[in-house]
Amino acid sequence: MNPETHITERPATLEVKDLHKRYGQIEVLKGISLTAQDGDVISIIGSSGSGKSTFLRCLNLLEHPSQGSISLRGETLDLVANAQGELEARKRRQLEMMRARIGFVFQNFNLWPHMTVLENIMLAPVLVKGRSKQASRERALALLEKVGLADKAKSYPGNLSGGQQQRIAIARTLAMDPEVLLFDEPTSALDPELVNEVLGVMQSLAEEGRTMLIVTHEMRFARDVSSQVMFLHQGRVEEFGPPDEVFRHPKSDRCREFLSSHL
Amino acid sequence: MSELIIQFSQWLLTLTQGAEPWDSYARYLPRLMDGVWVTLQLVIVSGIAGFIMAIPLALMRIAKSPWLWVLPYCYIFFFRGTPLLVQIFLVYYGLSQFESLRNLGWIWTDVLSQPYWCAIIAFSLNTSAYIAELFRGAIQAVPKGEVEAAQSLGMSRRKQYQHIILPRAFGIILPAYGNEVILMLKGSALASTITLLDLMGATRGAIARTYMSLEFFLLAGALYLMLTAILIGFFRLLENWYNAHQHATRMPVNKLDAQLRDKHIEDNAR
Repeated sequence: MNPETHITERPATLEVKDLHKRYGQIEVLKGISLTAQDGDVISIIGSSGSGKSTFLRCLNLLEHPSQGSISLRGETLDLVANAQGELEARKRRQLEMMRARIGFVFQNFNLWPHMTVLENIMLAPVLVKGRSKQASRERALALLEKVGLADKAKSYPGNLSGGQQQRIAIARTLAMDPEVLLFDEPTSALDPELVNEVLGVMQSLAEEGRTMLIVTHEMRFARDVSSQVMFLHQGRVEEFGPPDEVFRHPKSDRCREFLSSHL
Repeated sequence: MSELIIQFSQWLLTLTQGAEPWDSYARYLPRLMDGVWVTLQLVIVSGIAGFIMAIPLALMRIAKSPWLWVLPYCYIFFFRGTPLLVQIFLVYYGLSQFESLRNLGWIWTDVLSQPYWCAIIAFSLNTSAYIAELFRGAIQAVPKGEVEAAQSLGMSRRKQYQHIILPRAFGIILPAYGNEVILMLKGSALASTITLLDLMGATRGAIARTYMSLEFFLLAGALYLMLTAILIGFFRLLENWYNAHQHATRMPVNKLDAQLRDKHIEDNAR
């Protein structure tokens, strides 16, 4: 294969096509498509109930979509409907391997309280990627340095503030060297004075050129850091474009309304 | 009433002034201590065996498929719903009904016909049902988000259980597990009914020879109390060590992150 054409034909980092999600009769996602290229930082905004968290959680099957397809660098996740009409992975192994390549940061951090900070970060690379303990430890310490918590390696999560826990959770995700990072309202559970330390870490990740999808209520952050902004309303994409366009000249009334109450 | 007080005082007087019951205590104490050792063995061996059996039982119990959960469900229902004494008798007297078991060679002569092993089998089965039920609750009590975090990192179901769910569940059941072991210690006195010379059996032996039931039952009670105290201490230590992460805010305030001081003060006020 010619290496040049290989580069030009490189598939999108993450491609989502026509994603639907139904809870019984209620359809919370009504066909959402999204393409993220390398280095894209896409903020997903919208009022609560618009389906933005559900959308993000569908991407690595923490929530089961009802319809649609998800591809990571051209590899499509093989989905099959179960008895309830939810899509499940046909092969567990493929799902596990794709999840290992998609980082997810939760609103409530979800660190494992029975392990130290260092063990939290080291565990998945050793178990899932088969990395040696030594290599995993070194990487974990480097990541702790990066999020500014090198002195907390031996602490337990219960010993840390929310902002610190979220930075550890980001480090835990980064330890897997994911190709895409998904953030599910990463600052919503934090006290106001702790929000900035987490946003700072996320901004530096964006500047490194990582591909990120961020569900957030931090409009200023979305405007300053993202390359694209997606506005969801009642399970549909109402507005999509560069932050300047979406924030300055929103086309839809609903987006205008939403922004005027959030900026 | 006054008569009772006089009789009790007389009994106290013989206890403090006469040679009895101290001579008898001295004579039978070695046998009672042998009994203590047997009781401890019963509790420790069946405590560990029951714990090991409880994990697969609990995992099957929480399965969605009825093929998997119906068997442990009935097992737990039976062993929690019938008296321990009945279970001991079923094992000790019941098994000998089956000729094929009696023809098993050493398994019959050295294990299944021995009161010691019959007691251990009955206790293990009994306690495993209780611990399985504890585990089931604890597994379901592990916060969903912690499991999702493991899933999102690509861990297989097996690894989620091995590294996150079961260790977390163990931490959750530890206090109740200690309680269960103490209940089993006291239940183990029933082993004396199948001729086993545990602490209770040895006590009854001593009483049969000396007719000093009050004195020896008092001594046995004191020894059981001592064993319970040791178990409580052991589980307290185990809990402090295993659940160390929960005691994080016991650290001195000045070593603590400023952002956590409120939480610390709150915890200590409780």
